[in-house]
Amino acid sequence: MVATRNNRDQPWLMRTYSGHSSARASNALYRTNLAKGQTGLSVAFDLPTQTGYDADSPLARGEVGKVGVPISHIEDMSQLFDQIPLDRMNTSMTINATAAWLLALYIGLAQRRGIDPKTLSGTTQNDIIKEYLSRGTYIYPPAPSMRLIADTINYTVKHVPKWNPTNICSYHLQEAGATPVQELAYALCTGMAVLDRVRASGEIRAEEFPQVVERISFFVNAGMRFVEECCKLRAFGEMWDALTLSRYGVEDPKLRRFRYGVQVNSLGLTEAQPENNVQRIVLEMLAVVLSKRARARAIQLPAWNEAMGLPRPWDQQWALRMQQVMAFETDLLEYEDILDGSPVIAAKVKELVDGARREIDNVEAQGGIIAAIESGYIKRELVSSHMNRLRAIEAGEMKIIGVNCFQETAESPLTGGSDGAIMKTDPAAERDQIERLQAHRRARNEADVRAALQALGDAARSTENIMPSSIRCALAGVTTGEWGDTLRNAFGEFRPPTGIDIAIDRRELLGKKDQVSDLRQRVASTGSELGRPLKLLVGKPGLDGHSNGAEQVAVKARDVGFEVVYDGIRLTPQQIAQAAQEEGVHLVGLSILSGSHMELVESVIEELRARDLADLPVIAGGIIPPADAAKLVEMGVRAVYTPKDFNLNTIMADIVDVIRAGNGLTRLGLLH
Amino acid sequence: MTYSKLPDPERLAAGILRRERAAVASGLNLLDNKLPAARQCAIRLLACLSGERWLNEGHLVGVTGPPGAGKSSLVSALIREWRRAERTVGVLAVDPSSRPELGGGALLGDRIRIKTQSHDEGLFIRSLATRNQLGGVATEVWPMSWLMLACFDIVVIETVGVGQTEIDIAEISDTVCYVAQPGSGDTIQYLKSGIIEIPDIFAVNKSDLGAPARKTAAEISRSASRPDRREDWDYPVCLVSAATAAGMRPFHDHFARHREFLRDAGLLAPLRARHQCAWVVRLLQEEFGTFGLQLAGGRSAIEQRLSETRSGQFEEYERMREHILSRLLSVNQPTV
Repeated sequence: MVATRNNRDQPWLMRTYSGHSSARASNALYRTNLAKGQTGLSVAFDLPTQTGYDADSPLARGEVGKVGVPISHIEDMSQLFDQIPLDRMNTSMTINATAAWLLALYIGLAQRRGIDPKTLSGTTQNDIIKEYLSRGTYIYPPAPSMRLIADTINYTVKHVPKWNPTNICSYHLQEAGATPVQELAYALCTGMAVLDRVRASGEIRAEEFPQVVERISFFVNAGMRFVEECCKLRAFGEMWDALTLSRYGVEDPKLRRFRYGVQVNSLGLTEAQPENNVQRIVLEMLAVVLSKRARARAIQLPAWNEAMGLPRPWDQQWALRMQQVMAFETDLLEYEDILDGSPVIAAKVKELVDGARREIDNVEAQGGIIAAIESGYIKRELVSSHMNRLRAIEAGEMKIIGVNCFQETAESPLTGGSDGAIMKTDPAAERDQIERLQAHRRARNEADVRAALQALGDAARSTENIMPSSIRCALAGVTTGEWGDTLRNAFGEFRPPTGIDIAIDRRELLGKKDQVSDLRQRVASTGSELGRPLKLLVGKPGLDGHSNGAEQVAVKARDVGFEVVYDGIRLTPQQIAQAAQEEGVHLVGLSILSGSHMELVESVIEELRARDLADLPVIAGGIIPPADAAKLVEMGVRAVYTPKDFNLNTIMADIVDVIRAGNGLTRLGLLH
Repeated sequence: MTYSKLPDPERLAAGILRRERAAVASGLNLLDNKLPAARQCAIRLLACLSGERWLNEGHLVGVTGPPGAGKSSLVSALIREWRRAERTVGVLAVDPSSRPELGGGALLGDRIRIKTQSHDEGLFIRSLATRNQLGGVATEVWPMSWLMLACFDIVVIETVGVGQTEIDIAEISDTVCYVAQPGSGDTIQYLKSGIIEIPDIFAVNKSDLGAPARKTAAEISRSASRPDRREDWDYPVCLVSAATAAGMRPFHDHFARHREFLRDAGLLAPLRARHQCAWVVRLLQEEFGTFGLQLAGGRSAIEQRLSETRSGQFEEYERMREHILSRLLSVNQPTV
């Protein structure tokens, strides 16, 4: 028997990204998770909270408590952290456009409990820049968004010094298709933009600036190519160290450390043979723990069934146990960096660093990351990379077990249960939250609320830091929607470029089977038979900002000859139906990943019917469990696509046939 | 739309004149439809809609300029002004198609750039692809803009400028506005290469950039003084910023002023009649070529006949089309 060494390294913070239905239900889940050995909390908020709407806003319909917990005011926050000691907890909040507000609620709650904010530790994600590129929970234009980030940094450095005010995310860039080089380059560009903005605010004295640099942390993704991913993290460390020294003159190497948390890749998790996701997740975790110099500070793992729906507590427990096995059973934490000195690793790191430097220079030459986002450059690069990935999967160049090879499988006992092996959120949660919110509005002091909102609006229009007036709002009982609207009035709202205007890839024409030529022929001839070119509306109803799927469908449809209308994310069912009518499209495709497909699709169909467009075919795509898919088809939806339908050519052929069938033409069937 | 679903043109026209959105949408679909039965139906719809209104009422505005000049945001700002004045607005937003060998598809992304509010019953946007018709504006844009003119106060046609487009847009619109990219010497060279005579109003967007915008405006002012064109019109050059709304009010006012100028000078009705005529000739030429035009008596004879009928041009077009068809068929008879 081999005894474990005594001077093992401390393991990373172990978290599970969770929250659903209500503050009460989420609090119960958190306390169970902590009892199972989880060492920090990672709060998932629902989309209305993330985009600054109250639960009773029309835009929130169907979204309350779906992808996370609804927090509408300080009483919700209080319930969420019931019996959890704020001064001893490390709380990570995945919150961006409304980060300043949720942080204000957290600080307000601490003050109410008599806890010194200086003892609070945790993280607000607060990287609004990447929201324009992926994930999509932005609200305000880039300039005020940068100001909100800077304000929270300036405030916490002075008043909540253990807090990580921003977590610059390359995670979502990878989900949107970024290559490792793009991930490195764009995340570091964002880091520079944030630090430059803080420096320009003039609130921090030069000698205190290294402390600001130290508080900047990152949130990184790790995919299946784990050797390269491990090198990517070493490259991040080297580049951040060099950059903070040369650009910001930080002399103390400790303050130049690249500190990061991780959620491993969700993009690569499959709906087919989902049990294989377990080994995928473990291998992906290996990339971020293997190299001591580039080891993650905090890890949260997705559950094996994430491509199927929301995970249940048992699924989340399994994800936590993976971390614990890695940390406590293996000998990983007994060694210094085991990759130091490897020429293979060093060469790969150098390759990534060189590539990222070139791309950083490119972005800086365009005026920096904000300018490159506003011009649409970065989004186009990401859409294009993602398209290449999907093409490689379709062509079988990139192998995914159970998806495009080794599809044979025995029946799985894991997915056979009556619950469909996923978590169902409480259907009464939305109604309960609205009732609770309206009772709260009745109980608070209106004069205090109005005065606090007035002060918030004044601060927003001046250069005053937004945090003190936000904390005052929190304590006065202001709601998330009121905070969001006050800043909407001051800052305006923003829609970034969709990035789908990328050039058509000619390589497809060279394919052996040439499905694309076949498809183009089908689209063209069906258009001729119907009298005008086929026109398609790709719509994203609701608050969900995960637009990668919609973007890929839009680009592919254009490539095979459709005229495509895509208006970006966060549209109401009414806007989608109106666009379908005004544009005279032949088909409406809806993409919904937030779990609110039942409510939203039904609303769109009702709106179409109200416009005499009951016959217009509607299809839906997203993370839609089979039972829901069947109900949608009953509702009149012509086809439902889920992550297992990875082949875009097949989907396109299907769409042509749905249009043909709807217009009394014969179906053309499968592609050859 | 299959044969059985073709709408009744008289009823559709009545719905369009009542400004029913469903009728407007369905009418635009019909005008886009190339099936022979739909074409007949479309001509009848146009005949039902046509009348003096098409020669005297409403305002057809064309906005063009290079990619990235900020046309959509300017159009959006203009629409906001018109809507504030309670004028209804129809928009035809034209985006390029990919080449036919690359599938001919198109991404129509202007809606969201133009849209000002979440829901506005007084605004109707239809996006269109260019469909590679000689690099210019698709033939469908002419009748679609007339349909919109029958039910909206203002009709805006927004296109990316690529040479032929500016020429086409001047053959559709009452007022042509060119949006220039500031600080781009290319713009001036491009304008000088033959299209500087076309726009009635110039806008240099992004005036918040300062010196480069002022420089571009000054260069256009120098090049655009065209006393030989329409006397009494001053061809204004406006410095505007869609982002900060600077200069928007005077810029917006030029549109109404230009329309008044056309009406007072007695230019509006002849201009529109000429545009309808140009479209008919274009359609005939597209279908039958120069030879077909000869069979109908040649371009000038066609124009003469159309100008005599004024509001009955669509029936006249159908007559000429059938005439050419019958002549072609007789020409192709074997001469034994």
